[in-house]
Amino acid sequence: MASPTPGAPTPPPPPPNALDTPPTNRADPDPQRTPFHDIHVALGAKMVPFAGYVMPIQYPAGITAEHKAVRTACGLFDVSHMGEFIVRGKEACEFLNYVTTNDVGALEVGQVQYSTILNERGTIEDDCLVYRSADYYMMVVNASNRLKDLAHIGKYSASFECVIEDISDATALLALQGPRAAEILAPLTDADLSKIRYYWFDKCSVGGVQHVTISRTGYTGEDGFELYFRNEHGPAIWDALMQTGAVTPAGLGARDTLRLEMGMALYGNDIDDTVTPLEANLGWLVKLRKGDFVGKDVLVKQKSDGIPRKLAGFTLHDRVVARHGYPVFYEGQQVDVVRSGTMSPTLNVPIATAYLPPDGAAEGAKVEVEIRGRRVEGTVQKLPFYKHGTHL
Amino acid sequence: MANVPGDLRYTEQHEYVRTTAPSTVEVGITDFAQGELGDVVYVELPRVGAKFARHDVFGTIEAVKAVSELFSPVAGEVVEVNERLDKEPALVNSDPYGAGWMIRMKLDDAGETETLLTAEAYQQLTG
Repeated sequence: MASPTPGAPTPPPPPPNALDTPPTNRADPDPQRTPFHDIHVALGAKMVPFAGYVMPIQYPAGITAEHKAVRTACGLFDVSHMGEFIVRGKEACEFLNYVTTNDVGALEVGQVQYSTILNERGTIEDDCLVYRSADYYMMVVNASNRLKDLAHIGKYSASFECVIEDISDATALLALQGPRAAEILAPLTDADLSKIRYYWFDKCSVGGVQHVTISRTGYTGEDGFELYFRNEHGPAIWDALMQTGAVTPAGLGARDTLRLEMGMALYGNDIDDTVTPLEANLGWLVKLRKGDFVGKDVLVKQKSDGIPRKLAGFTLHDRVVARHGYPVFYEGQQVDVVRSGTMSPTLNVPIATAYLPPDGAAEGAKVEVEIRGRRVEGTVQKLPFYKHGTHL
Repeated sequence: MANVPGDLRYTEQHEYVRTTAPSTVEVGITDFAQGELGDVVYVELPRVGAKFARHDVFGTIEAVKAVSELFSPVAGEVVEVNERLDKEPALVNSDPYGAGWMIRMKLDDAGETETLLTAEAYQQLTG
């Protein structure tokens, strides 16, 4: 058996012993550790370098079992690698409105918003969450984009009365996800979880730790919460959640299969700085009537001209996995490569995404994916692939 | 610690070979290999009658996070494939040396298995 090659066609026969060389951190010789690192290792997690951190991709239960635990009960993810910026100042709202596409002015205190950060070409620098607190905002960005985002939005901040503070290194983030998340968290917090609606947050205690930001958000399609707190509280909060006996630790592998079943975009795969939010089905995050913002002109023009391509989801008819980078064909022409692809653990069929011409992106359209020299047919599906999430 | 049964032979590409009858072997991947791959979701196997030289690609194994080719540990002809893996690929994870076997082959050279790694040698390789 050859060394497994994530997301790429298998190369010719490998050098002997390829598989028993443990994953190394060649790209980053000194990755950061989250406050939960030693806990993951003690649990037997497979640790991999990811976005400058060493993160658990799966625990001994395996991706499928972790995925199913989140769909049916409750999983706990360490996502402390995510970036958090605090934005303060008289013009914090105006500034954030200028560097993101959604309408920050419409946010109430205690509310969260999903949004995108664009460049002047109208393409996506990152996707993010914006939290409005009484006297500041918090932006949550992808770990792999954190420094790029900071430089990018920093360029525009000079024109506004505001200050950006990167608190990522001091901030831990756990995602408690699944239909049982609320009943599991309720006895451990002084928050009234029934008052925290989807995409709202509160600051409360969890497991005896004060000032934990609890938002009803996630990346799985299930009900659940994301908990932000200072690093030093990591073990106390992790242990409080795990001691309930009802929570399954879940890694980045399950996080990826869960979000893909929901058709949720992953930066670097489904979205990047070559696509606009309109092409990526993220037009609902673009508020053209809110005033000027970075990339607006391009989107206004694209809206009137029509989009040349659209991100679509499809299933394959054979039990083979269409992986990131495999060529995708529509009407005999290669139109893109697979952006994201996996075997759906819940639906038990191969699912994938790619950018297709608008008529090819319509439900029921036929596409083909070239997998190891063979064309496999697929059918475009309406997203999400999984339609029974407790939060769609 | 991955299980390495003493009565099997192994390859450096993490296949195992079990002699089931004179000149007939059963081929699969090792416990170590299934652990490295993670949850197997699909195993593409050859047809009965296919002939392979040693090191030829005889199939493909897909896990949630990775895909890998399968290399024939010996030269010979496929006489049986494990049809159960079509519906139950996870057998490769749960029982790699039993129900998770992949193909049975008739050897061209009955002595070829002697040239493969012993359990001890394979253990050293993966230890």
